[in-house]
Amino acid sequence: MITAAVQEREHYLNASYGIKSWLLTKDHKRIALLYLGTITLFFFLGGAFATLIRIELLTPTGGLVSSETYNKLFTMHGVAMIFFFLIPSIPATLGNFFLPIMIGARDLAFPRINLLSWYLLVVGGLFSLFAMLAGGVDTGWTFYTPYSTTYSNTYVIATALGIFISGFSSILTGLNFIVTVHRMRAPGMTWFRMPLFVWANYATSLIQVLGTPVVAVTILLVFCERVFHIGIFDPALGGDPVLFQHLFWFYSHPAVYIMVLPAMGVISELISVYARKPVFGYKFIAFSSVAIAVLGFLVWGHHLFVSGQSLYAGLVFSFLSYFVAIPSAIKVFNWTATLYKGSISYATPMLYAFGFIGLFTIGGLTGLFVACLGIDVHVTDTYFVVAHFHYIMVGGTIMAYLGGMHYFWPKMTGRMYPEGWAKLSALVIFLGFNLTFFPQFILGYLGMPRRYHVYPEEFQVLHVLSTAGASVLAVGYLMPMMYFIWSLRFGQMAPANPWGATGLEWKTASPPPVHNFDVAPVVKHEAYDYSAVVQEEIEVG
Amino acid sequence: MTEHIDSVKTYVGILIALLMLTALTTAVARVNLEAFSVVVALGIATTKMLLVALFFMHIRHSNQLTKLVVLGGLLWLGILLVLTLSDFATRGWIGVPGK
Amino acid sequence: MAEHSSEVASHGARVETLDLREQFDTAEQQKDASTLGMWLFLITEIMFFGGMFAAYTVYRRAYPEVFAIASSSLNEIIGAINTGVLLLSSFTMVMAVRAGQLGQRNMIILFLILTLFFGGVFLGVKAYEWNEKFEEHHIPGQTAFHLEGLAPDQQGHAQLFFSLYFAMTGLHALHMVIGVGILSFLTWQAKKGIYSASYFTPVDVAGLYWHFVDVIWIFLFPLLYLIDRHLGK
Repeated sequence: MITAAVQEREHYLNASYGIKSWLLTKDHKRIALLYLGTITLFFFLGGAFATLIRIELLTPTGGLVSSETYNKLFTMHGVAMIFFFLIPSIPATLGNFFLPIMIGARDLAFPRINLLSWYLLVVGGLFSLFAMLAGGVDTGWTFYTPYSTTYSNTYVIATALGIFISGFSSILTGLNFIVTVHRMRAPGMTWFRMPLFVWANYATSLIQVLGTPVVAVTILLVFCERVFHIGIFDPALGGDPVLFQHLFWFYSHPAVYIMVLPAMGVISELISVYARKPVFGYKFIAFSSVAIAVLGFLVWGHHLFVSGQSLYAGLVFSFLSYFVAIPSAIKVFNWTATLYKGSISYATPMLYAFGFIGLFTIGGLTGLFVACLGIDVHVTDTYFVVAHFHYIMVGGTIMAYLGGMHYFWPKMTGRMYPEGWAKLSALVIFLGFNLTFFPQFILGYLGMPRRYHVYPEEFQVLHVLSTAGASVLAVGYLMPMMYFIWSLRFGQMAPANPWGATGLEWKTASPPPVHNFDVAPVVKHEAYDYSAVVQEEIEVG
Repeated sequence: MTEHIDSVKTYVGILIALLMLTALTTAVARVNLEAFSVVVALGIATTKMLLVALFFMHIRHSNQLTKLVVLGGLLWLGILLVLTLSDFATRGWIGVPGK
Repeated sequence: MAEHSSEVASHGARVETLDLREQFDTAEQQKDASTLGMWLFLITEIMFFGGMFAAYTVYRRAYPEVFAIASSSLNEIIGAINTGVLLLSSFTMVMAVRAGQLGQRNMIILFLILTLFFGGVFLGVKAYEWNEKFEEHHIPGQTAFHLEGLAPDQQGHAQLFFSLYFAMTGLHALHMVIGVGILSFLTWQAKKGIYSASYFTPVDVAGLYWHFVDVIWIFLFPLLYLIDRHLGK
């Protein structure tokens, strides 16, 4: 048992003090916390926009905001949540913190580039924040041309610049992870002994490296068109808005896998620990992550079904879109099989994992609805699609993110969070989420278009339910904010391995020393080998 | 990693080949090859790229992973080009108005 | 001379040197990682330029005659010579890397300076070409834009060609300028005697970058300058 000597022992948090030791750090763990602060700010900013949207939608004739302002609200909600919260979220916080430790490395391959990645996110975020505060942008997060290039009178240039810069943050993080996994595994840490969380981040990194540059150059062209008036997407010159959509979605579809793959990696860890069983079908889950990364690049045309894209291409993209569901389904089956005859614990992270599996399944199945060309013609650009992607992004990714945060909190901070409040929050979030977004499936199916704030009276009941749910969800998200901060001062001291988990990260102290390990690890066990692990008791006080 | 040090002669030879291919592609552009022109031009460009990559960038001597990375990059560029063009090239293939 | 790796006292507590930073266990691991890192960066660059190549392909397919006429307004002899200049710079760059492999400090400096020279010539010629386009009113987005030999409704399509011309050669030139900056820094480092046969990785990976930028131009030249030249001007 580890005694309460944490405060005297040197670890990465107390090894050096002062703002320079944080802003100029090369320690991946500190960088992870810098990211945590940044993305949390953007999460609440995106949440603020969502709040205004949901309040506006309480009444059929709007009235809180004008149409122009409403356009800005959903645009900025999307930009903040996607580019500045979801894309970095798990990789830049939990990935940054734990990937090196999980493979037995002292740090990432390029620590200074890691710090640069954070600065790029911050600078990009500042440009976008400036745009939001100075008057907003109203093109939709998708920046379709020619509205974004020619007709919009809002801060497109600043937002485009912000997204462009933050894209390089993503690219460099992906590059760093790939090199680290290939070149810095500890002796004995073979590819198939790595935690599945590492596989998930590795696959995500492949997407970041291959996809982000395309949206970067596309946004750059939009920027050039607005600033230098060179009309690459201008129909008046013979330019093609559908070309923009191809280039945009080439990245933005794989981007959704950037957002969900790390979450799946977290779930693999949680299911195993809290069923106290090795993950069923380890290699299938590992390879399915890579399969999702690859297949995810072949389906972007399903966002263009009604754009004027050729019907033949639409059929091909629809067909391929069904394929990409298969590796995801493999994961869900394998997680379920892992639970079978496991020793299930209902700790908070496991509640989030259960939530993920259920909600991601619904989100994923509705993806099949929209992948079907014929159905999509009717539900595209309706709330059905909105519900579909929120089930995956919020019901899926954010649940997994919170589950991961709770799971890894003791390791990162040396403190336990209060379990009672945490369980309650998980429940509130689950209920709030479903009340918010399930009505939206019905709304969309009945024909409520997305991005509209004025709607027929018969939709009001469902919108009111959705807004009610959103207020519950907001409370649910505020609770962890509060008790996590509380726990930093008043939480129980955490031992090295409070969950009885396998993995190198649980063999080092909570919080870890600056160089992660006091003695360089040599790996002799397979992944998820519970035979040698003893669950440590949590210290009181 | 054993260091392969290529000779000056090798590099000079590759340079000369590259310069000659440049002159060739410029000259051939004047010849009427109709649709084949672009094939020849891209073929020459690809050859020049291979010479630079294999010899100047030392891919000849690189490990498997590097070669895989390069191939992956080129493959992904191919996916972008082919699938995007697959839309523009197949408009009107299926007899539905406007598609 | 660069310091070589020192003994590992305990995990992570040794002195960090240029060729063995603290996150790595051996100098070879660091060199491998750096090289892999640069190659991965280069494939992000393939995709970055790739987006523009995709736009080019779509529009050339859509407006073949206009693109051919617009292309013929470029001077392909100057373009070819400039291509040769860049290839020469690639040659001198790989000679600099070779000098690094052999630990020949003065040769590294010489070849880096030659590379910078040829790179500078390329950029100078590019500036001249761009200026020519400005004087001929071939700058897209300006009301004075006019390409001879085209009907009024085709002027827009010609603007697309020139938009791509400036965007692609501009992005390429920007990469050259960054390359010039990097190589200048390396020349200064080389003068200080930082590089040796056991540590010249920055020269090596900068070389990869420089060659890559050359490969981009190898494709830009025929695609922009040599469209259907047989049709004559």
